[in-house]
Amino acid sequence: MSDFISTTSPKLLQLVVSVPLFFLIIGLLFFIAGKANGKKQRPLAIAVFVGPAFILLATGLVVPAIRTLLFSFMDPDSLKFVGLRNYNWMVHDPNVHIILRNTVLWILFVPLVTTGIGLLLAILLDRMKRETIPKSLIFMPMAISFVGASIIWKFVYEYKSPDQPQIGLLSTLVHMIGFGPSNWMLTKPLNTFLLMIIFIWTQTGFAMVILSAAIKAVPADIVEASALDGAFGRKLFRFITFPMVRSTFIVVLATQVVGSLKLFDIVRTMTGGNFGTNVLANEMYSQVFVQFDQGKGSALAVALFICVTPILTYNIIHLRRERQH
Amino acid sequence: MSNSKLASHNPGRKIFSTRFATIVVWIITICWTIPTLGLFVTSFRHGADIYSSGWWNVIFHPSFTLENYKNVLVGGNSESLSSGVLPYWINSVVITIPATVFPVVIATMAAYGLAWVKFKGSDFVFFAIFALQIVPIQMSLIPLLQLFTGGVHIGTTTIFPALGIAGHFAGIWLPHTMFALPLAIYLLHNFIASLPRDLMEAAHVDGANHFKIFRQIVLPLSVPGIAAFAIFQFLWVWNDLLVALTFASGTEEVAPINSKLASLVGQYGSSWETLTAGAFITIAIPLVVFFSLQRYFVRGLLAGSVK
Repeated sequence: MSDFISTTSPKLLQLVVSVPLFFLIIGLLFFIAGKANGKKQRPLAIAVFVGPAFILLATGLVVPAIRTLLFSFMDPDSLKFVGLRNYNWMVHDPNVHIILRNTVLWILFVPLVTTGIGLLLAILLDRMKRETIPKSLIFMPMAISFVGASIIWKFVYEYKSPDQPQIGLLSTLVHMIGFGPSNWMLTKPLNTFLLMIIFIWTQTGFAMVILSAAIKAVPADIVEASALDGAFGRKLFRFITFPMVRSTFIVVLATQVVGSLKLFDIVRTMTGGNFGTNVLANEMYSQVFVQFDQGKGSALAVALFICVTPILTYNIIHLRRERQH
Repeated sequence: MSNSKLASHNPGRKIFSTRFATIVVWIITICWTIPTLGLFVTSFRHGADIYSSGWWNVIFHPSFTLENYKNVLVGGNSESLSSGVLPYWINSVVITIPATVFPVVIATMAAYGLAWVKFKGSDFVFFAIFALQIVPIQMSLIPLLQLFTGGVHIGTTTIFPALGIAGHFAGIWLPHTMFALPLAIYLLHNFIASLPRDLMEAAHVDGANHFKIFRQIVLPLSVPGIAAFAIFQFLWVWNDLLVALTFASGTEEVAPINSKLASLVGQYGSSWETLTAGAFITIAIPLVVFFSLQRYFVRGLLAGSVK
């Protein structure tokens, strides 16, 4: 008990000191800069308001990103330049090919399933009277960390040898319909899809909530007018509702592509990237912190950056345009 | 077609009947909830029961215990609270609160500066920050860690000394603050830039300086925007694994509960009495935040969907 108190109290002290101290510094800056008058007033205000963010962004994102780009052309310890060797490795190593294949599978499969089920749910919810509870429950996994979600599903996928009782839901269900359970996490290529299900489980609620909001925002008079023109059911959805939520649909789809590209936690927790399930973001982490090869790790980070750039640029431009309306 | 007929027909939104929609949605909802329910139920079962029968058997043989939670939290020994996950849970709290407060305050200030203290190039700066959203965290990890541990050198010349905060809480607060800023500034700028111009001008005429305007007008009016981002950031930090693994090095002194949970999976393979209870201790806070502040959370997510 006493050792717990002695290790915990300094932590809590850091918490209760750091936050007030932070506000004190900001307050002091405000006070001093507020005293200035005349010509100095404006530049000082700019420095106080924008300066901290500027310094943090420069040291935390801009400079590191440039350095990572440089490291990607250097040896494992970032001491001398090796030209395109790391990129060459990426193009030619068979292990990286498996990783790239998996990453492509993720970005093809996951966004379509997530956004598809999300859209279906959004349409169905629109027809329901009491939608709050199912909506909350389907959306809930979004608040759970990928590590937590992985453990939830690891238990569903749990496998025991046939002479022992099966305690995993999947093994039991498969057994009930007359097949022998298998060690799911070792079964290629099924294991990759089982990992995708975890991600889909966490993200579908997000797609549903956003698409549901978009469907509800379709003006009622447009729907009524088209109903008068004889558009009902599927026809109405295809020609009226879907075109009006299409842009939201694409933004959600793009968000899921980026999410799948950056995915790391689930693969790391479930298989550690073994058994043919590795993906780009996990390999980047392993190269740097397990293999201690900053060159290859940086090259993988650059590859990730190149992949997400067009999609996020589209998303950002789009969100911006939408907000201006 | 009369209005009443239209209403009874429920104009054309109809692809599915209400009853069909209700049934399908509830089936999906149940499928979506069962995995979490399974884990939750298991976390209260006796160790021996967990391995001898599926968790659904509790319907026929209900038998529960709090033993798993006690073991995971305090390591089975209530004399020494340090051997369980409790220290990591406390680390999470100590990490998450400042890592939410710092970026929110700094971003609100920057957003105000860029929106209302116009200077030459302020639009460009805003656009550059806005464009930084596309840089994945992975692009900054290695150099930032180097900066914290060894400083920056070219040859033997030290350009930047080691900050010496690696392995301390400050070494986790700082990266989280940095990585949150592009999105936070973008969101809050949208919010703050749309405040009425007359209000600002009237305050200036009354002789208020920028600092007074920020505190007395901008802050109170920005609360909804700040709340939406703060909740998003809180959950982001609490649930993060990548930054924690990189900057907290997994030790009991600073590592958060989520990274501890990830290491438990590796350590014990499938010691389900530990894992199930540990998982629930980890996700309890996010779930409480989620269910109590869902509306703000949706708003933050909607805007944060590019992070």
